[in-house]
Amino acid sequence: MHIHKFEKIWLIFGVATLLVFLSVIGVSAFYLGNQPPSCLATINPEQVDTQAPFDKPGLNKVEGKEWDYELVFVASAFNYTPGEVEVPLGAKVKVLATTKDVVHGFNVAGTNINMMLEPGYISEFVTTFDKPGEFLIVCNEYCGAGHHLMSSMIKVVE
Amino acid sequence: MNAFTEKVNKIDRRDAKLGMAHFYVAFIGLFLGGMAGLLQTLVRSGQFTLPAGIGYYQLLTLHGVVLALVMTTFFIMGFQFMAVSRTAGTLTNKQRKTAWVGFWLMTIGTVMAAVMILLSEASVLYTFYAPLQAHALFYVGLTLVIVGSWTGGGAIIMAYVGWRKKHPGQPSPLLTFMALVNTLMWIVATIGVASTVLFQLLPWSLGLVERVDVAISRTLFWYFGHPLVYFWLLPAYMAWYVIVPKIIGGKIFSDSLARLSFILFLLFSIPVGLHHQLVEPGIDPAWKFLQVILTFMVIVPSLMTAFSLFATFETFGRSQGATGLFGWLKKLPWGDARFLIPFIGMLSFIPGGAGGIINASNQMNQVVHNTIWVTGHFHLTVATAVILTFFGISYWLIPHLTGRILTKAMNKLAILQGILWAIGMTFMSGAMHAAGLLGAPRRSAFSEYGGAAQAAEWIPYQIAQAVGGSILFIAIILVIYIFINLAFFAPKGEEEFPVGEAANTAEKAPMILENWKLWLGIVVLLIAFAYTIPFIDLIENAPIGSKGYKLW
Amino acid sequence: MAQPGLEKRTKTKVEDSSSLKGTLASVFLLGFFLIITWVGVFLLFLNRF
Repeated sequence: MHIHKFEKIWLIFGVATLLVFLSVIGVSAFYLGNQPPSCLATINPEQVDTQAPFDKPGLNKVEGKEWDYELVFVASAFNYTPGEVEVPLGAKVKVLATTKDVVHGFNVAGTNINMMLEPGYISEFVTTFDKPGEFLIVCNEYCGAGHHLMSSMIKVVE
Repeated sequence: MNAFTEKVNKIDRRDAKLGMAHFYVAFIGLFLGGMAGLLQTLVRSGQFTLPAGIGYYQLLTLHGVVLALVMTTFFIMGFQFMAVSRTAGTLTNKQRKTAWVGFWLMTIGTVMAAVMILLSEASVLYTFYAPLQAHALFYVGLTLVIVGSWTGGGAIIMAYVGWRKKHPGQPSPLLTFMALVNTLMWIVATIGVASTVLFQLLPWSLGLVERVDVAISRTLFWYFGHPLVYFWLLPAYMAWYVIVPKIIGGKIFSDSLARLSFILFLLFSIPVGLHHQLVEPGIDPAWKFLQVILTFMVIVPSLMTAFSLFATFETFGRSQGATGLFGWLKKLPWGDARFLIPFIGMLSFIPGGAGGIINASNQMNQVVHNTIWVTGHFHLTVATAVILTFFGISYWLIPHLTGRILTKAMNKLAILQGILWAIGMTFMSGAMHAAGLLGAPRRSAFSEYGGAAQAAEWIPYQIAQAVGGSILFIAIILVIYIFINLAFFAPKGEEEFPVGEAANTAEKAPMILENWKLWLGIVVLLIAFAYTIPFIDLIENAPIGSKGYKLW
Repeated sequence: MAQPGLEKRTKTKVEDSSSLKGTLASVFLLGFFLIITWVGVFLLFLNRF
C-alpha cells in the first residue's frame, strides 16, 4: 500500500497532536487530580432523605478532610434542595449530589461542576470556589415536563 | 462511455423500487422532523408557544427519533442497497426479498414508535433513558426498526458474499466493500441497544419486572450510541471517497487507503461509548480514560480522509492546468449541486470534528457536557456534513432510479438549498456552541430560570438559533420540492450514478482488508478489552434498580 | 482501462502537475484549526472552578 510522502507528514503531525492532547489531559487527570466526576458510591434512591449526608442538604462545614465544606444537593423532579445556597469565596468544597427519582443533570453554569445524577449513585466533585458571583445550577438532562424549570443558585460571597 | 456500459451501469428497476421505498420514508421523516425542529427553535426563542396540547418534549422526541433514527437509517439502507446493486451487480431475488422484509419491519416499527410519541405515551427523547418509562409499544417499534435494519444488512452481506464467490481472489468493488463495513459495524453496535431494549426496558415497561438497572441500560445504549454516529457518517464518506471524485471528473486518490480508513472505523468506532458518559458516576475514571484514548484512535481515519479528499481535488485541479498553492480550488465545479452540496458538508465537518475532539477530551467534557454546545456539534456533523451529503446523493440518485434527470433549474434550486443550509446552520449551530460554553443546557424548553442573570445572557443566542432554524426550514422545503420533482415530475432521461475510479488502477487493494474473521476478531477483542471490567463493576456494585416514571 | 499515467505526463506548465503541496497546506490549516479550538476550550477549563 503506497502512502504519499505528504500524507505521511500529515499523519505523523496529526497523531503527534493527538498524543499531545492525550498527554495534557492525562497528566491533568491522573497527576493533578482533575478527573471527571466518577464517584463509585451507591445509595438507595428511595431512602435518600434519611441517609447521610443527604439528610442535611446545604453547605456543611467539615473537619479533618481535604476540603472545608460539603455542599449537599438532593435532586428530584423538578427541583433541587437547597434551592439557593451561599458559599464563602475561596472555600474548598466537595459538592455531593444524588437523585431520588429519574436521571437529572447538575451543571453549575459557567463552571466545571457538571455531572450526571443517576438514581442509586452519588455524584461528587471537589473544587475551590475562587470567583465571586451568582452561579445558576441547571438540570441539563431531560427529566420530564418540568425539566426546564429545575434550577438552583449558588452565591459565592466574600 | 458507450451505450452498452451505460445500460450495465443502470440500476435494475426492481432494485430501484426498493431504493425509492426507503427514500420516500426518509424524506417524509425529513419533513416531519424538520417541522418539529423549527417549532423547537421558535419555542426556545421565547417568542412563541406551542398550540393546543403539543408538548415541547413530545416534539423533541419526535424530532430526534424521526431524524436521528428513522430518516438516517432509511436513507442509509436505501443508499447502501443501491451502491451494492450498482457496483456488485443487481440483487438476486432472494436478496431483494430479504431487503423488502427489512424495509417493512422498519416501517412498521417506525409507525408504532411515531404513534406512541403522538399519543404522548413516549416523551422520553430518542435516547429513552430509564427510569423514564415509555409505552411498551414504543420499545417494540424501535426493536422492529433495528431488527429490520439487521434483515436489510443481511441482504447486503449476502450480496457481498455472492460477489466474492463469483470473483475469487479479487478485492470487492469499493462501494460494496464500504457498505459491507458499515453494515457489519451497525450489526455489532446495535447488539447493545437491542440488549437493553429487549432484556431490560421492554419487560420492565410491560410490568414483567419491577425495576431496571439504570447505569447498565445507559452503558448499553452508549455502546450503540457512538457507532451510531459513524453509521451515519460512513455513507457520507462513501460519497466523498468514491462518488465526488467522479462528479468532479477526477480520480479516487487511493483505493487501498480508503479501504484501510473504513477498516479503522470498524475497529475503533465501537469501544468508545464511555466518552459519552465521562461525567457519570459508577464508572472508574481509568476506564473512561482508556476509552478516551480509543476515541482518539478513531480520529486518525478521518485525518486520512481529509488528506485524500484534498488530494483528489488538487490532483484534478492541476490536471486542468491549475497552478500555485490553491489554484486548483478554482477548477472545481462549483456550479454542480452534486459536488457543491457534499462539499459544504465536508467543510462543516472541520468545525464538527474539532468540537468532537473537545467533547471526547476526558475532563474537558465538563465544560460542554449536555450543554447546547453538544446540540450545535452534532448539527454540524450529522445535520450538515452527513445530511447535506445525503441531499447531494439524492440529487442524482433519485432521478437515476426514477429514470429522470436533474434539470438546470433544479440544480440551481439545489445550490440555493445548500447555501441556505450553510447560512442557517452557521447561525443556529454557531449560537448553540457559544451559548453552550456559557452553560445553556440542551434539551430544554424556553426558561428564564427564575430571572437568573446567566440565563438572560443565553436568550439572544436562542433568538439567533430561531433565525437559523427558520432559514434551515426553508431549505428543507426546497429539498422536499426538489425530491418530489425528481421522483415524479422531472423530464425523462438518464441520470448517471457516478462511481469513481482509483488514480492508480495498477495497485490492487491488499486482500487482507477483506479478511473479516481477522477484523471482526479484533473488533470483539477491543470491545471485550474496553467494556468487560466496566460492566463487571456496574453489575457487582449495582444499587437497587429503579421503578418506572412517567413525568410528562 | 483508464490510463491515468498518460494524464500525468502531459505537463502543460513549469509546475509539477502531480504536486500535492496545496493538499499539505490545506490539511495543516485544518490541523491548526483543531489545535486552536482545543486549546481554547482547555484554557476555559483551566480558568473555571
